[in-house]
Amino acid sequence: MPSLEVKNKMKNMTALLEVHDLKVYFPLRRSTSEFFRGTHKYAKAVDGAFFEIFENDAFGLIGESGCGKTTTGKAVMKLVNPVSGSIRFEGKETSDGLDYRKKVQMIFQDPYASLNPRFRIKEILEEPLLIHKIGKSRRERLELIKGALEEVKLSPVEEYLNRFPHMLSGGQRQRVGVARTLILQPELVVADEPVSMLDLSIRAEMLQLMKDLQKKHRLSYLYISHDISTTKYFTDRIAVMYLGKIVETGKSKDVIENPKHPYTKALLSAVPEPIPERINEIKQIPIKGEVTSATNLPPGCRFHPRCPYAMDICKKEEPQYRELGRGHLAACHLL
Amino acid sequence: MMLSVEDYKVYYYTSDGAVKAVDGVSLKVKKGHSIGVIGESGCGKSTLAFGMLNLIPRPGKIAGGKIFLDNIDLLSLSPEEFRKDIRWKRISMVFQGAMNALNPVYKVGYQLLEPFLDHLGTEGDEEKVAKSLELVGLDREVMNRYPHELSGGMKQRAVIAMALILNPSLVIADEPTTALDVIVQAQIMNLFKKLKRALDISFIFITHDLSIEAEVAEDIYVMYAGKIVEKGSNFEIYKNPKHPYTQMLLAATPRLHEEKKLEFIPGIPPDLISPPEGCRFHPRCPHAMSICKQKEPRLIEIEGNHWAACHLLR
Repeated sequence: MPSLEVKNKMKNMTALLEVHDLKVYFPLRRSTSEFFRGTHKYAKAVDGAFFEIFENDAFGLIGESGCGKTTTGKAVMKLVNPVSGSIRFEGKETSDGLDYRKKVQMIFQDPYASLNPRFRIKEILEEPLLIHKIGKSRRERLELIKGALEEVKLSPVEEYLNRFPHMLSGGQRQRVGVARTLILQPELVVADEPVSMLDLSIRAEMLQLMKDLQKKHRLSYLYISHDISTTKYFTDRIAVMYLGKIVETGKSKDVIENPKHPYTKALLSAVPEPIPERINEIKQIPIKGEVTSATNLPPGCRFHPRCPYAMDICKKEEPQYRELGRGHLAACHLL
Repeated sequence: MMLSVEDYKVYYYTSDGAVKAVDGVSLKVKKGHSIGVIGESGCGKSTLAFGMLNLIPRPGKIAGGKIFLDNIDLLSLSPEEFRKDIRWKRISMVFQGAMNALNPVYKVGYQLLEPFLDHLGTEGDEEKVAKSLELVGLDREVMNRYPHELSGGMKQRAVIAMALILNPSLVIADEPTTALDVIVQAQIMNLFKKLKRALDISFIFITHDLSIEAEVAEDIYVMYAGKIVEKGSNFEIYKNPKHPYTQMLLAATPRLHEEKKLEFIPGIPPDLISPPEGCRFHPRCPHAMSICKQKEPRLIEIEGNHWAACHLLR
């Protein structure tokens, strides 16, 4: 299995999180005839995802909306149940008990919607402590809250404790979101588009803060984003998803500088860059049509209806992963 | 066609005081030329766009300045005259968020006929609707579909077709690709480039994304806290930025094929009810001097057509 190859490359490390052949299907409403035949149709949101995240590591999942990257994150968070596959954390199959939830935390995309508007900042940060029964007294918890706020550089801390979320800017709110995950001292943080709602001028600051915290606490991130440029900046390894399947994965630099799968190539060719010399230049995007629905996947390679290089075999046979060196894998018949 | 905006001001009169969303903006758009307005959220760029269409929502009011289209003083027109003679016929708009810009209960074709009814007072004809759809790369059959039957990219194309249907001379595009996926975004930007070539239309692109702006706008205006802080040709702004804000924004823009540390701008944009004295950028500026706190810098010409408002440039 390809994931073992990666493992061999990193001999002395055991993975913190191992996701193996993960499948998340959502059942669709059945028609009468399907009901009587006992068949079921599914939207195959995630269809065989695999990856490993090590200690002090940042792994990125990129792809367009509907490719299954968020569902994969939710499955890791145990917020949706996979139909098959395994998610192993520290070598053990994950359970949705409190212990796992303490170790794996999430940063949400929308800092405006993910904080309760009726809670003060100190209450928002106290809630995870109460749930996980950390801190014996209110004073002890307050110290932890202050520490978390300082870590995300919301100081002077006293000024923020009693504020409500609406009194903070978007960037400050997202810092509270980060503080809320950190306060439990997690080992893995699932960050689903953590900066996409923030202004460009403060995005880098947020990413830098998250990076600093990674080093300081030897944290690991599963970074989910549609923004390839920031993902490259933030992660060591990435996986590109298309219709629930990882089509290419490897070191971020290898995949972005030397993409092998036609979908990755198309995706990268579409990324805008601030290069004034290219004004009014029509971009060549080697891809046809629009994303097909995940409820009715094409046979063979699921990218073939849009692929400019599609051959006969692509319509019949699903491509296997080919090893391209340094843990760089791609699933395409061309390789 | 020539649009010129002079010292234009739009304030929102709230119970806490006047929010100076656009505070003395001047810009020019020549025939067949495209300009870009760049700024962070809350800098007043969308208010500026709505102002040019005379669509400022309450409690906003025009607090000063002039807008000329050719030689017509737009601000002296009555709302009725503006609706009949200017809006959509001469200046139209592609609204932000293609997902919500179409009415879900009407077919696309009917919605494209509406501009004829509202701004020309005629019935309009289906042939023109079909032409307009084909111009933006849609099948004419899309006329008979409801918005929910279209993908995000197709909806955005339909919204662009709607903006073009009365042959305007200026189209304002407010964040035209923000909600779209990267491939669809590139396809829509390609469409804008093709339209620029095929039609003699001027565009104003309003976005927060410098990468998008570089692809289509010949002249760039950088807006901060209701004011233009730098303007110049596309090349000058990206290759030779003079205002610290522009420089820092560029350093904060991630690039795909460059290994460079991303920079950020410390602090947050100011409150526009009581903006900082002097230069509005000084609380976030690493080069701030004492004069920056007292005196507001004026736009200074650096060289042909490249202007910046900063005390460092004297």
